[in-house]
Amino acid sequence: MTLLKETDLGTPGRPGEAVVGVEVDGQLIAVPEGTSVLRAATLAGIPIPKLCATDSLEAFGSCRLCLVEIEGRKGYPASCTTPVAAGMRVHTQTPKLAMLRRGVMELYISDHPLDCLTCPANGDCELQDMAGVVGLRDVRYGYKGENHLDAPKDQSNPYFDFDPSKCIVCSRCVRACDEVQGTFALTISGRGFDSKVTAGADESFMESECVSCGACVQACPTSTLQEKTVVELGMPQRSVLTTCAYCGVGCTFKAELSGDQVVRMVPYKDGGANEGHSCVKGRFAFGYASHPDRVLRPRVRERTTDPWREVSWEEAIGTVATRMKQIQAQYGTGSIGGISSSRCTNEEVYVVQKMIRAAFGNNNVDTCARVCHSPTGYGLKQTFGTSAGTQDFKSVDAADVIIVIGANPTDGHPVFASRMKQRLRAGARLIVVDPRRIDLVRSPHVEADFHLQLQPGTNVAVVNAMAHVVVTEGLAARAYVDERCEGFEDWAAFVAQPENSPEAVEEVTGVPAQDLRAAARMYAAGPNSAIYYGLGVTEHSQGSTMVMGMANLAMATGNVGRDGVGVNPLRGQNNVQGSCDMGSFPHELPGYRHVSDDAVREVFEKVWGRTLLSEPGLRIPNMFDAALDGSFRGLFVQGEDIAQSDPNLKHVHAALSALDFVVVQDLFENETAKFAHVLLPGTSFLEKDGTFTNAERRINRVRPVMPPRTGKHEWQVVCEIAEAMGYPMEYEDASEIMDEIAATTPTFAGVSFAHLDKVGSLQWPCNDHAPEGTPIMHVDRFVRGKGKFVLTHYVATKERSTRKFPLILTTGRILSQYNVGAQTRRTANVVWHPEDVLEIHPHDAEDRGILDGDQVVLASRVGQTSLRARLADRMPVGVVYTTFHHPVTGANVVTTEYSDWATNCPEYKVTAVQVSLARAAEAAAQAAGAQDEIVGSLPAPTQAAAD
Amino acid sequence: MAASDAPAAPPEVRRANEIAAQFEAAEPAAAAAAIAAHVRSFWDPRMRHALVSYARAGAAGLEPSVLAAVTLLEQNQD
Repeated sequence: MTLLKETDLGTPGRPGEAVVGVEVDGQLIAVPEGTSVLRAATLAGIPIPKLCATDSLEAFGSCRLCLVEIEGRKGYPASCTTPVAAGMRVHTQTPKLAMLRRGVMELYISDHPLDCLTCPANGDCELQDMAGVVGLRDVRYGYKGENHLDAPKDQSNPYFDFDPSKCIVCSRCVRACDEVQGTFALTISGRGFDSKVTAGADESFMESECVSCGACVQACPTSTLQEKTVVELGMPQRSVLTTCAYCGVGCTFKAELSGDQVVRMVPYKDGGANEGHSCVKGRFAFGYASHPDRVLRPRVRERTTDPWREVSWEEAIGTVATRMKQIQAQYGTGSIGGISSSRCTNEEVYVVQKMIRAAFGNNNVDTCARVCHSPTGYGLKQTFGTSAGTQDFKSVDAADVIIVIGANPTDGHPVFASRMKQRLRAGARLIVVDPRRIDLVRSPHVEADFHLQLQPGTNVAVVNAMAHVVVTEGLAARAYVDERCEGFEDWAAFVAQPENSPEAVEEVTGVPAQDLRAAARMYAAGPNSAIYYGLGVTEHSQGSTMVMGMANLAMATGNVGRDGVGVNPLRGQNNVQGSCDMGSFPHELPGYRHVSDDAVREVFEKVWGRTLLSEPGLRIPNMFDAALDGSFRGLFVQGEDIAQSDPNLKHVHAALSALDFVVVQDLFENETAKFAHVLLPGTSFLEKDGTFTNAERRINRVRPVMPPRTGKHEWQVVCEIAEAMGYPMEYEDASEIMDEIAATTPTFAGVSFAHLDKVGSLQWPCNDHAPEGTPIMHVDRFVRGKGKFVLTHYVATKERSTRKFPLILTTGRILSQYNVGAQTRRTANVVWHPEDVLEIHPHDAEDRGILDGDQVVLASRVGQTSLRARLADRMPVGVVYTTFHHPVTGANVVTTEYSDWATNCPEYKVTAVQVSLARAAEAAAQAAGAQDEIVGSLPAPTQAAAD
Repeated sequence: MAASDAPAAPPEVRRANEIAAQFEAAEPAAAAAAIAAHVRSFWDPRMRHALVSYARAGAAGLEPSVLAAVTLLEQNQD
């Protein structure tokens, strides 16, 4: 493929059914009412010169290059700001217009460095293009007048340069920051000739509040804002459309390359999830794929204390098969198992679970979604009938009231957050339910109507109280409920009980009753109310209960089954949804069908040629328990760093040490690899061929931009292990794996690589009933038939603050880093977050003599670690917060064994802790003769993967 | 059997009790049925057997609703 350039239509489209007919240069065209003349002309195939206009931004009308003549109208209006009118006759090329445009260009060029041949944007510069288009041949004013050619560059950002000498002050960067990203970090300061683009309060880009999303770089028509990689490597020559490997938004990117070297990642305008936007991770942080830490050849060792030996693929695969079979011969079929990864493609995950079920002969398969969104799967299946979010991302554009519960979209899902903020700026109301005052509570031109700052662990009490208000104040959508749901009466009687009232739970939740009542009324009033949630919902001892509680609330108010509403999980990793869809859970075959279902097993038995077990297998925490009791002996781990990411690491490490044989398939020699006997090199997203499924059930193609650097695709390696164990799994390429998925899984029946290549992406279910996919689920009926109300009693977690551990620790993530940091720590993103810090309220800090920046010890009943304190009133008194991006921090050393009752998703969000000054803690420990190590002083572990 | 005489509680005991806590407000029979159904749907057989064995060996620390659920599980024990 050559370099893919989307057509820029100049101004955004206008929705609406009313159509207006206009004539442009004698050509008739019909466009929606409100469309600009510029866009109409471009749609008609008649480009009009432009500089300040681009179709991702509202028209601005500053460059005066897109002037046109309109019959019957005076002057030369800018076509970008002029809407079409019925019968309008437009002329885009006249001698007068040509003269005016040349005059405009003369002025621009008179203050522009004439270094086109050595400019990084040579060949990709709209100013250069327009100079050619308007036929500029000389500049009457000369070049010696006052100018900006000596304006100093700002090279502070690690990914792009700002060269104001090349700026034409078109404001595209400023408008992109405002309209697309919603950060408002840029402005035009000064007047007239002194006008210039300014970051923050006349700061460098790095010092300003810029979030490095790159929207300004993409919008810039010149080389003023330019990727450093383009400066260094030159303009890319070809594009490959693929999907980001970071969060669950699943942005589509053009990987732009020279040869097989990625020069830059440019978000694709027609990407269904991102529509041309990106964040700092997706656009810039791809360098980990070529990091020297990559493991590129298989490694084997007899004992974990031995040094690694680099071996051939044949030897590595043979070793895995031989050892696994030996263990099964000695300890039984169920003594081995495996874990799949949400960072791998659907096809890679599918073959792992197939290998385990058909070649291993058991159901001991689990996935890293166990420790993040497994409660989503359970809760939404119980209530709605399927384990997935209800909406597409675009649906938020139609929401009137948005509740964000236990999620921090501006950091965790930034591209969706930008979209959400656009809707909030347009007038939607916002309710944030979170112990921490996340940025969304108050950011430029966005302010939450309510921030319900609840105590960690009391989600269910809050959602029940909201339901109490809905029911007792007569706000339920009875007609909707009566027609579409079941179990309402019992549920309504339950939530109406006095103990569920906002006043009754106020003492437990810490949420003022009047705020909670007002928020519940706002949600019920809608008319379109949407819930978005994250791991602050799921990673609790009642994670599944809370998911069902939210589903109850949405059903009771009629907020499921149309645009602008729904219950929407914001998935942590790029393919959490897909890895779950692909049958990674030990009780479910692909498509969320229980292993005990004879008819479903028969489908797979017929295709796979093996008898399958009808009993569930072990979940990840069960595998650890079984390793310690000796009944589980061999483990295959695909792309997850359980020795880093799972809770209560002392327990995890003991379990891994107890295993006879561990195989790790990963990009890097991660923490889990320290316990491994075979290390199989994995492939980065730039080498993968397959599909990811994002949080809106959108299946996107992942296309390789280069061959696997390891010599094999991960799915090939898995197939070869299965074959070496006596079960052939043969596919010519990844598309054949998807064909098998489609043949066995009704919700994927209409999915194929060919179909995806044709339409771009598909949201499952995609089958005969919905050949082009399903953006919104449960439209006429719920998947399970009637939506089911489930009683959701609040049960307090057993993890309580005590005199010894009086604070509650909760965890989260930051914009620039991703999960345990395996990828982002190997990029320049570390400049924004060189270490994890502990946010602590100034009152709690003062009680402990802690100042901002002090090194502190964070201790729970299971372990302790050391990190730097940051005083922050984002947190309520009594609650502290940290991220888990750096392994040296060892946040999971302190998290406990408590987990969601239904799914065993760890209770990462509630840990009773004490915080003390590191020096004071060390002195106390020495006085007591304590031998406990402070994890912060341990040798730095390497990387990790997964949540 | 006194708690101190009981075999060391396997992790299944804690997990079963955590499930039981969610059904404390339900009628005892319904709670037992719900716990048993959950265990049957989501637990590996060796975990189920461990729970049943522990219950048979004295059941120290097991919630009554779990014990009732174990009875239901035993009726379908393989």
